[in-house]
Amino acid sequence: MALAPTVQLLAALSAVAVLLVLAAGGVLLARGPYGRTVVYGGALVVTLLAAASALTAIAAPTGALVLPLGIPWIGANLRLDALSAVFLFVVNLGGAAASLYGLGYGRHDHAPERVLPFFPAFLAGMSLVPLAADAYTFLLAWEFMSLASWALVVSHDKEAGNVQAGLVYILMASFGTLALMLAFGLLAAGGGGFTFEAMRAAPPTGWAEAVVLALAMLGAGSKAGLVPLHVWLPLAHPAAPSHVSALMSGVMTKVAVYGFIRIVFDLAGPPDWWWGIPVIVAGAIAGVVGVLQALLQSDTKRVLAFSTIENIGLIFVGLGLALAFKASGFGGAAALAFTAALFHVFNHAAMKSLLFFGAGAVLTATGSRVMDRLGGLIHRMPVTSVAMLIGAAAISALPPLNGFASEWLVFQAILLSPELPAWGLKLAVPAAGALLALAAALAAACFVRLYGIVFLGRARSDEAANAHEVDAFSRAAMLALAAICVLAGLFPGLVIDALQPAVTALVGVRMPAQSEVAWLSIVPVAESRSSYNGLLVFLFIASSALLSAFVIHRLATGAVRRAPPWDCGFPNADPVTQYSAGSFAQPIRRVFARSLFAARERVEMPPPGSLAPARIEITARDPAWAFLFLPLAGLVERIATRANRLQYLTIRQYLALVFGALVLLLLVLALWT
Amino acid sequence: MMANLLVQGTQMLLVLALAPLLTGLVRKVKARLTRRRGACVFQPYRDLARLLNKEAVLAHNASWLFRAVPYLLFAATWVAAALVPTFGTGLIFSWSADLIVITALLGSARFFLALAGMDVGTSFGGIGSSREVMISSLAEPAMIMIVFSLALVAQSTQLSTIASVMVAGVGLRVSLALALVALAIVAVAENGRIPVDNPATHLELTMVHEAMVLEYSGRHLALIELAAQLKLLLFLSLVACVFVPWGLAPAGAGAGALVLGMASYGAKLAAGAVLLAMFETSIAKMRVFRVPDFLGAALMLGLLGTLLLFVSRML
Repeated sequence: MALAPTVQLLAALSAVAVLLVLAAGGVLLARGPYGRTVVYGGALVVTLLAAASALTAIAAPTGALVLPLGIPWIGANLRLDALSAVFLFVVNLGGAAASLYGLGYGRHDHAPERVLPFFPAFLAGMSLVPLAADAYTFLLAWEFMSLASWALVVSHDKEAGNVQAGLVYILMASFGTLALMLAFGLLAAGGGGFTFEAMRAAPPTGWAEAVVLALAMLGAGSKAGLVPLHVWLPLAHPAAPSHVSALMSGVMTKVAVYGFIRIVFDLAGPPDWWWGIPVIVAGAIAGVVGVLQALLQSDTKRVLAFSTIENIGLIFVGLGLALAFKASGFGGAAALAFTAALFHVFNHAAMKSLLFFGAGAVLTATGSRVMDRLGGLIHRMPVTSVAMLIGAAAISALPPLNGFASEWLVFQAILLSPELPAWGLKLAVPAAGALLALAAALAAACFVRLYGIVFLGRARSDEAANAHEVDAFSRAAMLALAAICVLAGLFPGLVIDALQPAVTALVGVRMPAQSEVAWLSIVPVAESRSSYNGLLVFLFIASSALLSAFVIHRLATGAVRRAPPWDCGFPNADPVTQYSAGSFAQPIRRVFARSLFAARERVEMPPPGSLAPARIEITARDPAWAFLFLPLAGLVERIATRANRLQYLTIRQYLALVFGALVLLLLVLALWT
Repeated sequence: MMANLLVQGTQMLLVLALAPLLTGLVRKVKARLTRRRGACVFQPYRDLARLLNKEAVLAHNASWLFRAVPYLLFAATWVAAALVPTFGTGLIFSWSADLIVITALLGSARFFLALAGMDVGTSFGGIGSSREVMISSLAEPAMIMIVFSLALVAQSTQLSTIASVMVAGVGLRVSLALALVALAIVAVAENGRIPVDNPATHLELTMVHEAMVLEYSGRHLALIELAAQLKLLLFLSLVACVFVPWGLAPAGAGAGALVLGMASYGAKLAAGAVLLAMFETSIAKMRVFRVPDFLGAALMLGLLGTLLLFVSRML
């Protein structure tokens, strides 16, 4: 069925084109005085327009277009449907915020020519992925996105660890693309076409569908950061400049989620009952492992990167539940779970971008990402600290902010799962629920730690003590995202309703219309079962707080005295005696991380009277490195050493090798038939 | 509508008025059990009044967050307590927040209190906050698992609906028994009672909650104390309305049923206070790093209850 191209599709394509032109312009203008303004300002305008047009496209009819590019006879198939529009909106909203932030933040970049050309190219790649409607265009856009972000990761290659981060990233990205390529190969084998339409018409069957699911989880999961394919993420996301970190963590992982949804929900045909199990299990494990790792880090941006793994876990649990419900014919429950996942996609894009912007603002103001060199910034950076507080509360799933609303929906979906007939799911789902609840509680601990160490307390270094608030563009970007977090939390029903065309397209059923529920509540199934009203909860809390403040100030004395803090008999305690990032996490490290991450503390205490410093050394390892990647790297190294001998053969030996290979191939061919 | 609004308003004021009395009663019973005379049960009211009349001493470094948190903490706890049915289930705003939201409201309160503990920048606040989040990282998922068990039995996360289902009677169930034990453990931990924390101590080695609020004084401290008392009341009310729901006035009940509901509520609270005091006097305080085992048991019990309900509706 050939659809006419719609205005929105053409708008999105022209946005991609303009972004590519900006990338080229970035090459020419980077060193010039207006480079930053042109590139970021242009990207801001383009992404804002594209986001607005994507928003209208979610509900509007779809459009398709074939461009005479790419593989002969297939061309570049492009298509904008409700699901693409949702992700296009998320990408461009995140892109707009990052561009706005970049207008100010980019000023501090000492090598703009290494960032400016790739930033709009990265945005263009991410916008193109949801538009692709054939395997070739999809993989091309996916690879373009990966390479542009890789260039941004290694843009500051003189900083320690960045080159290594880039190497690990490009290896994992290539692996992910390879997995996706194989998945598309299997999908195309059925119908003999590389367009999504042909794949959809002839979905794989039998073992092929299992392999497609596994490859989609490997390919999209490695980009999204599913455990154990997450190892590149905490290295690469912090290495990039902060607005790019925000895009990578907040937005690119969402494009990966899109890839997974497109393949598994759309192209692979109706799901089997067991499809949900690996997805739910992988998501739940990613949730707990990600947040626990975040608690062990002492670098602000690494904490945020690990926290992304946790949130991706939550999204995948939602998607897995949706698969399980869809396979068992529970349309309403599937719609609920799928909506929860999409809602969290949107929420996480906003919250994580905001938090990375905040970390970038702190980096600009103090020159440090190490938590133990910060502190007390709430006094020095009032706007940043308010925005970050909202972001931290939102990502810790505190009502009435947006993170809570999507998490609440996931819990409601879990509570519908006893209906599922399959026994495997009956055991996997409650366990996943417990792990998610654990991850949520640990996330709150993680962000208390991050915010408390960085913004509260006393300054731990001179840089932190003399920090200044960042520029107006950065502040505006942070406040805009904070406003989105608050609004989406107060009016979750509006977001849920906006997502329904995409839910209907993928699951076949939609959630009940939330805008028709009285008082702007959200009601996933029926009011007697569960309902939540973010706005009313907010009003209750606000009015009780104001009322109590009013009454107290009437009743009590208003006297306030400033005094030194309680010193326990030791006056003038140095700021380094405050709780540090490591000491704050110590109880949790001891409870959870000992067995999982082999976290160990070694304390060197000099004898009394000695002037030698006491030392504490904390070590922890990522099991994915220890048990998967390092052995794998060792194996590759050993094989490479063996194969190295082949470089030093004589001509005769080479000819013999070629002859032998030829005979072997002919033998195989003869035996095959 | 007006009657419902009145019930809701009465409930909000009732929990506020009763909370200090409950704490006073627990203290009195504990004192009598340890052969002390103990202060009058109304002493907490006097303490609050005394604190209100004292000036608030702020550390030089305290930020606006430090001053705002007591109000936020109090408001979140009060709203949560106001949404738990105490003497009647006909709470007009109960649909605005279910049991998961109530749990999360308490989580928000704790989030901000832990932040406030770190604001002044002393090691005391840090130690309190750090231990508090360690305890809550296990208590919160245990609580969510209990919520799951209750919701699966009652087919609803709405607390009013759960209470109505429980009043109607669901029979003896293994999962509910597990949930009750788990809820008792969580309640002890969340309220900083012995054996997890000691609300009466000022000893660095053991204290959690007190270390966090050490810098607070005057009206701020009064609000924090009142919030802590409200939280204790909330958990006892929760146990009462879910596990001993008898006497709860149904929605739209007449004055007689409401009075009966209040009387039974008072009796349940008093019984809960006595039980809590007996429990606290009969065991010793745990080491901090024994607490995770204690709470891990609650988490496992909650998960077991939920699993049983996933496997069979009858258990």
